[in-house]
Amino acid sequence: MQPASFDFQQNHFQLFGLAQSYQIDMAQLEQQYRALQALVHPDKSAHLHDAEQRVAMQRATLVNEAYQILRSPLRRARYLLSLHGVDIQEENNTVMPLDFLMAQMEWREAVAEAQQARDAVALAQLEVRLQRETRELEAQLAVKIDTEKDYSAGAESVRKLRFMERLAEEIHAAYDAIDN
Amino acid sequence: MALLQISEPGLSAAPHQHRLAVGIDLGTTNSLVATVRNGISVVLNDENGSAMLPSVVRYLADGSVAVGAAAQTMQSEDAANTIVSVKRFMGRGLKDVGEISRLPYRFADAPSSSAASGGSGQGSGMLQLRTVAGVKSPVEVSAEILKVLRSRAEAALGGELVGAVITVPAYFDDAQRQATKDAARLAGLNVLRLLNEPTAAAIAYGLDNAAEGVYAVYDLGGGTFDISILRLSRGVFEVLAANGDSALGGDDFDQRIHCWLLEKNCLSALGPRDTRLLLTHARAAKEQLTEHAETRITAALSTGEVIDNVLTRSEFQAMSQNLVQRTLQPLRRALRDAKLGIADIKGVVMVGGATRMPQVQHAVEEFFGQTPLTNLDPDKVVALGAAIQANLLAGNRGSDEWLLLDVIPLSLGIETMGGLTEKIIPRNSTIPTARAQEFTTYKDGQTAMSIHVVQGERELVSDCRSLAKFELRGIPAMVAGAARIRVTFQVDADGLLNVSAREMSSGIEAAIAVKPSYGLSDAEITRMLQDSTQHAQDDMQARALREQQTEAEQLLEAVQHALELDGDLLDQAERARIETQMGALRNTLQLTDHLTIKRATTALNDATVSFAQKRMDKSVAGVLAGKNIAELEVK
Repeated sequence: MQPASFDFQQNHFQLFGLAQSYQIDMAQLEQQYRALQALVHPDKSAHLHDAEQRVAMQRATLVNEAYQILRSPLRRARYLLSLHGVDIQEENNTVMPLDFLMAQMEWREAVAEAQQARDAVALAQLEVRLQRETRELEAQLAVKIDTEKDYSAGAESVRKLRFMERLAEEIHAAYDAIDN
Repeated sequence: MALLQISEPGLSAAPHQHRLAVGIDLGTTNSLVATVRNGISVVLNDENGSAMLPSVVRYLADGSVAVGAAAQTMQSEDAANTIVSVKRFMGRGLKDVGEISRLPYRFADAPSSSAASGGSGQGSGMLQLRTVAGVKSPVEVSAEILKVLRSRAEAALGGELVGAVITVPAYFDDAQRQATKDAARLAGLNVLRLLNEPTAAAIAYGLDNAAEGVYAVYDLGGGTFDISILRLSRGVFEVLAANGDSALGGDDFDQRIHCWLLEKNCLSALGPRDTRLLLTHARAAKEQLTEHAETRITAALSTGEVIDNVLTRSEFQAMSQNLVQRTLQPLRRALRDAKLGIADIKGVVMVGGATRMPQVQHAVEEFFGQTPLTNLDPDKVVALGAAIQANLLAGNRGSDEWLLLDVIPLSLGIETMGGLTEKIIPRNSTIPTARAQEFTTYKDGQTAMSIHVVQGERELVSDCRSLAKFELRGIPAMVAGAARIRVTFQVDADGLLNVSAREMSSGIEAAIAVKPSYGLSDAEITRMLQDSTQHAQDDMQARALREQQTEAEQLLEAVQHALELDGDLLDQAERARIETQMGALRNTLQLTDHLTIKRATTALNDATVSFAQKRMDKSVAGVLAGKNIAELEVK
């Protein structure tokens, strides 16, 4: 039998033995993550010599990084599109449909108002609504990438998702501000 | 090297005998040491049968040092030379310690160890304490405590330790962690891992109860507060979020009683001796109020004045209510970070002596809507868990069926324009983790660039903790924006940061040693080691030689074994390089200079890095292939 050389240069999907698509089996991802960490985690080589400890840290770091990317819908989409050679232009392409931008402004105002009124219940309601809309965007993204293979449409969805993520961060910060 | 004694039994090296390893809970108030004996984690007692070593160190004029109960009994009498709760000073500067005027010590501010290399300047280093035996850093004081625990363990176990797991509060930042690791080095301990205290408790609790599900660990110690949320599932302990306050603990409750006593008796600024006396009485009163509805405090001050007050539990609860409330905010944050609600929490484990206070228990019970678990001794559970991990890390067999995935508690970032923080590694990232960031020059011909690393959640750099400032030099002169400098931030499994940088367009690697603003330089550690061992210099030499010889022999044996098993992974040149280094190392074994052996050992280690990678990859591929042959693309 050919000695298998496991190539850590391969992409994150391959690392976890997953098909290269937006929709992935989260249970399998988690199971593979644990199986990999059980091998490469630095705790397993703490009693060994420097060389192994260094290798283990690099391997475990890579496995953690890949897992974090694949587990997040936004980061997974971004990564998958980059594998397809698509430039998402998150920083410079800010052209968004007008209704989307209007909705964003309304969101921002609502979060700011809730924060000012120190209204945790209102924030929680906003959070639930945001999660629902984010899920819808993710479902659309799955169709665009996996079914239609329309990667430039996928890139626009990713840019929208980034807006949603920023909103989630703002809600998070508003909670912290209320706490203080 | 080699070994990678991963899962296949055939791959492992010659069976080792049981390696002696301990877990140490280096607490603010008390410290403990535990080990795994016959598969069971036990706390090791001193010769008087007591498990807890008071974390008190007294320096005497003749240069001798008393640690523990002997020091504690003198804490009022000789307050300025008797250091209590030194953990609060670890990795901290004078400006971080708010209650300086109320503490009976003579502080000295130390210059930052990074000042010489363009660091954050004067007065930003770790604070120091003036004692009759000279100026001492908190690292040295902590090392005295660790030395006592190390001797206790070696006496009880009848041999030298291969290493120790030292626990730290989960919310300790990089400077505090580094200081703890330095203290252990100074005490002659090989640090197998720095382990977060609530995680240690979760290991002890989880393995003991075969627990599954999401647990919260509420850890209120003498000087620090931690909350950790963990998922326990099929032998994996996964920390989902950690939060806390590294300057909140049982000591603060003592301070409240102390202030109350001052007010009641119209006392102002007391001397060190009376301050310590009242604090000692305050602590005793706090402990009394756990069992009793009221307690009487009587003390004779050095002025001749006699204090005699009755404190009720409800008065105490009222004066300490906001301290208890302060623990709830990190709780809410940790839950939000873990994206969980209170209903998701299956159990709440209480850790730390301060959780014995009824008002703390009530607050936690009310917050989570369930009775907290207190079936493990809150004073011992951390040391017990640390011992279990030490046993695993030492490589003892039969202890590898579980896995710990911990996180970094505070975000790491760098300073950008306008004194703002840019986050590089967000809090609650599973460790080890790394992030690379590219920087460029902003002036034509710029050949140097300075980078300021900070830790914390705030927007402004000035509100975060400064970890290190360093300068990248030797950037090739180019037009502005042409140089591409890739800086890699690596956080290891101890939660400690390492930074390296490379100029991408020219390939120049600038290996930069980050000297934390609050850390000790290697030279300082060496000096301290020499100071503390000047009487035992010969012993040290002999021990170092013996240890180095053993390590070299183990390495040679391991590499030989790996070559026999997996030599086919190497090409001729690689194999020849390894064999050359093996020969060189063998030739040093008869020498009496441990440094030469160490150099040859390091050289062999370096020569086997890629071999180790190939062996690990082979076993990783084996695991994946077993599960997903269809989908795995093995090149």
